[in-house]
Amino acid sequence: MSVVEQAGIVPIARRRPRPTVRSVTVRAVGTVLVVALLVFMVGPLIWLALRAFSDIWPYPRFLPSDWTLKWWHSVFADKSLGNSIKLSFEFAPVVTVASAAICLPAAYAFSRLNFPGRRFFLVSLFATNAFPKIGLYISMAGVFYTFNLMGTFLGVVFVQLIGTIVFMTWIPAAAFSSVPRSLEEAARDAGAGPLRVFFRITFPLAAPGIFVAMVLSFLYSFDEAQGTFLVGIPNYITMPTEMYTLVLNYPEQAGAVFSILLAVPSIILMSLVRKHIMGGRLAEGFQLR
Amino acid sequence: MNESAAPAGLLVDHVSKDLGGRTIVDDMQLEVHAGELTCLLGPSGCGKTTTLRMVGGFLQPDAGAILIDGVDVSRLAPEKRPTAMVFQNYALWPHMSVFKNVSFGLRLRRLPRREIRERVEQVLELVGLMHHMNSYPAQISGGEQQRVALARALVLEPKVLLLDEPLSNLDAKLRVRVREDIREIQQRVGITTVFVTHDQDEALSISDRIAVMSGGRVEQYADPNTLYREPATHFVASFVGAMNFYTGTVGDGSVEIGGVRVPCDGVSRNGTAPVEIGVRPEDVQVSSDGDGAEARVLREIPRGHYKELVMQLGEGEVRAFVAPEVETSERQRVRFGRAVVYSDGVLQQPSGQPTDVR
Repeated sequence: MSVVEQAGIVPIARRRPRPTVRSVTVRAVGTVLVVALLVFMVGPLIWLALRAFSDIWPYPRFLPSDWTLKWWHSVFADKSLGNSIKLSFEFAPVVTVASAAICLPAAYAFSRLNFPGRRFFLVSLFATNAFPKIGLYISMAGVFYTFNLMGTFLGVVFVQLIGTIVFMTWIPAAAFSSVPRSLEEAARDAGAGPLRVFFRITFPLAAPGIFVAMVLSFLYSFDEAQGTFLVGIPNYITMPTEMYTLVLNYPEQAGAVFSILLAVPSIILMSLVRKHIMGGRLAEGFQLR
Repeated sequence: MNESAAPAGLLVDHVSKDLGGRTIVDDMQLEVHAGELTCLLGPSGCGKTTTLRMVGGFLQPDAGAILIDGVDVSRLAPEKRPTAMVFQNYALWPHMSVFKNVSFGLRLRRLPRREIRERVEQVLELVGLMHHMNSYPAQISGGEQQRVALARALVLEPKVLLLDEPLSNLDAKLRVRVREDIREIQQRVGITTVFVTHDQDEALSISDRIAVMSGGRVEQYADPNTLYREPATHFVASFVGAMNFYTGTVGDGSVEIGGVRVPCDGVSRNGTAPVEIGVRPEDVQVSSDGDGAEARVLREIPRGHYKELVMQLGEGEVRAFVAPEVETSERQRVRFGRAVVYSDGVLQQPSGQPTDVR
């Protein structure tokens, strides 16, 4: 007896159309694709998890022959590793807040104001992502040396900011645009000045989109390695940059442990945002035509 | 006409507005007396909503002034004006409860907590929504949302209430009920009101006066009866209510249309030049004998409490509303109980009193 029947809900018998050769093929192909995708996406993660707990994993064996926690101990015992974790958690919030401070006003302007070159600027934000980053970083390094930003906290923040600007502007701009102007006008009508209208009406309604952008920005900063490595060494080694050293100097099991640690905040934050992306509360209240 | 100092109510004084290189409102003149409900009626694009938005302060007039109780408010921001608007889509704030929506303006004004609660309850009582005080906009029906929007506007006790097609999102039955509610509340509060609509039925049934707009100008500004009985222009006549229109000539007690002479009460000879003759379907008198031009019945359309006849009259058609019990044969005699006559689109007959075009 299935759980559904125990709960007293009788499933409605659906008369399925007789399966044809075609529908069976479509189903089969679909299933194969989904499974392939799953293996492709989850497979490496499983391998990583196994790796992190394995002591000896002789080549032809499907599973490791000995299990151990020693890699975890060695990672947590290493001072520089612990320090890099701490640093990552310092950079990510700073970059997120700085990015919000810079990009949110821009997002509002892109959404609500009409100024010459609006489209050009909006699209040009993509430019930073259109080229291989390393080229950009190398040329930036020159500028950073001039301003004594190399190897400084501020320099790392700057280099990480670059990558966050696109989505920190685009996503909130879309969120602002989704707030109907009439809601703002109604608040003006009720006696609120433009600033009040922004903080009482526009911002709360756009908040889910802004929140999503901030989480993405946090994750970006958390995972950014190239630019941080270039600008930050030797003073500021964050988790992703530490990976470089790790891969070179430690057995690969320690790298696996570290990868898992690096993924944990991402997973937690992503599952938080999921609720906001799927919620759709925003659309319900409007009677839009 | 009104040179006296500080007339109460709303005055839209020679206001013009261009948008996107097009003249939307063109030297518009409109006076709404205190406590009066005026409808701005017209087809889409006639400038009625633009006018309303200028009164509310959401648009700046290019020329002219807007006066409320004799005070020029043209340069004031919406939040500084003694107006309150009910938006077409209600524009309720989805993240606030009904209470928060209605009390928003009062909370901005930092009134004491108790007074806010009292006034909100009072106005929710007025629109009959006390039981939804803590609901969110998404949880109540369209008609209820509409009344919340009305309550939100009324609670601030504005001098002028502005309604922008407030009923267009409701279904037909509800529309009739809510418009009666709005009229009743408006009269009870005694608030000066401007109501924008493209629905002539709506305008006729709730207004003290109606301003029919076309091309950014007021074609006629009159009470519903005058508007219906004596439309000042051809446009008004064709926009408000059903009307048979013919080109023909007018004699004493008859009109000649398409070579057919039809007896008509209340018209007199006025030259030989062709004019526009309008006849309301209910003014078409149908009989099986007696005087009248001969007409052939083409269709008979039951309308419930009346019956619509479509008849061939000479080369044209004539529509008549008759009582449903009237027996009709194929051949009928037709005469007109009343007609309106236009020359160059302007009303010539009847010419009792000059209609107020202001």
